[in-house]
Amino acid sequence: MSDPSPTDPARSADGPPSGPSADGPSTVDRRALLRLDGVSAGYDERPALRDVTFAAHAGERIGVLGPNGGGKTTLFRTILGELAVRSGALDRAADVAVVPQTDRSRLDFPVSALDVVLMGTISRRPWWRRASRADRERARGHLRAVGLQNRADATFGALSGGQRQRVLVARALARDARILLLDEPYTGLDAASAERLDRLIADLADAGHALLIATHDVAQCRAWDRVLCLHGRQVAFGDPVETLTTDVLAATYGEDLLRLDRDGGLAVVTDHHHG
Amino acid sequence: MSATLTTVAGALGPLLDPFDGEIMRRALLEVLLLGTAGGLLGTWIVANRLTFTGEALPHAMFPGLVGAALLGVPLVVGGAVGLLVAAVLIALASRIETIDRDTAVAVVFTSLFGLGVLLALSPDSPAAVRALLFGDVLGLTDGDLLVAAGLTTVVAVALWTLHPRLTATAFDRSAARSFGVRPGTVDLALVALIAVATLVCVQALGNLFVAATLVGPAAAAHALGRRVAATMAIAVALAVLSGVGGLLLSFHAGTAAGASIALVTVATYLVVVLVARVPFRRPTGHPVGR
Repeated sequence: MSDPSPTDPARSADGPPSGPSADGPSTVDRRALLRLDGVSAGYDERPALRDVTFAAHAGERIGVLGPNGGGKTTLFRTILGELAVRSGALDRAADVAVVPQTDRSRLDFPVSALDVVLMGTISRRPWWRRASRADRERARGHLRAVGLQNRADATFGALSGGQRQRVLVARALARDARILLLDEPYTGLDAASAERLDRLIADLADAGHALLIATHDVAQCRAWDRVLCLHGRQVAFGDPVETLTTDVLAATYGEDLLRLDRDGGLAVVTDHHHG
Repeated sequence: MSATLTTVAGALGPLLDPFDGEIMRRALLEVLLLGTAGGLLGTWIVANRLTFTGEALPHAMFPGLVGAALLGVPLVVGGAVGLLVAAVLIALASRIETIDRDTAVAVVFTSLFGLGVLLALSPDSPAAVRALLFGDVLGLTDGDLLVAAGLTTVVAVALWTLHPRLTATAFDRSAARSFGVRPGTVDLALVALIAVATLVCVQALGNLFVAATLVGPAAAAHALGRRVAATMAIAVALAVLSGVGGLLLSFHAGTAAGASIALVTVATYLVVVLVARVPFRRPTGHPVGR
């Protein structure tokens, strides 16, 4: 990752660090793909999430931290357009796709990895049109991009958790989405699979995607470009190293257990079960 | 067509003697059609967990079908009216705050079915109306078969067109939405197709036994198929085989055809599920946990 200027944690939705976006042939377009300004959203009268203001630029990996019920899912559903914005403004300059947790899908449903990736192409065709040969070739290309070109014909449910997660990333790529929302993608992965996913996420950022990654892993967030802390409202947004202070984490996780690990860094222990 | 069937029947010998007759050949053709419609659609009924609807909807349509038969109106019209009445009643019942949705559906469907049975079994009702309850696969006309063939084609074409959306919805409903699929609309389309398939099956099988063909073969096929297309093919094969088996049972044992087909369908399901549980059938297996 090459960030042209030192990051300022106070910067929120004020645009890219390097001035106007039309600044010549950069390899990665740095304009904001997604911009939220004072967004509140929720399921009924009472918003589940308030006062969210941040921007996601091409090439950024943004960790989204917060307790279960803290608004991560609400945020994703709002960005996807499934929940109405109750106040504030939300601007999307690119398509959005979600990479859900793999255990949300039916593992006993007899589809191949390629079938799953092809689901990402549905919205790009008229409703009566089936996937074409070109669609299938592109889908295989997306499987190649996530390192699974040899498992195209494998049954989705028979793949490992890490492979399934990467198939779902390929499906999001098939959607032609430049904004990717990953819902706790590391849940249940072993160390090797997690590292592989880490590299994939870095590659996607380098390729100009903006990634929002919901996670409970504070240490992991420190390695990314931005962090967004939610607890029913936006607690903080900014450069992870400067943002993730004890105070911010306490405000983010509230009652959840905080402990100091050996190196003096903070770790959060939460119930990983999703409601 | 008839010549081919005769050749096949001749080759298989005395077991298939019953299919020498014109009536039984029509029955065979009808079983082929309802097996195709039931097996194809059933795969999605089971995959999208609409088995309760697959069981209840034919019953809810019943008074409409009986009404059509009594008035001499095409069954398609009666079925559509019956379905509409059922939908309106469910919507109304759901508005009663003390009744939850499932209860509303169950109460409406059962009441409508009761009403239909009352009409069908009244002493004044002609035999054709009674046949809607228990089925009369031996009493089908060429016109009936033509309508069944048309409706089966509708089911097949609709499922082919909807295939990507059905797959995405069955795989993960909530994510499907973000990929441009509306799971509610997909469900609605399936419900409409269940109504169409009911019209294909009801004259032959009888309203009581339609659900067996819509659910049984597909449920068995899900234990065997490694891909959706294969599952659909297996479901059709099992439904047709059960249909033929039921016809033979009915012919040789002198039992009611609709009930015999339903019985063979359920027996086939049980055998397949038991065989599928034998370990060597599933070399790849399913992942345990996550």
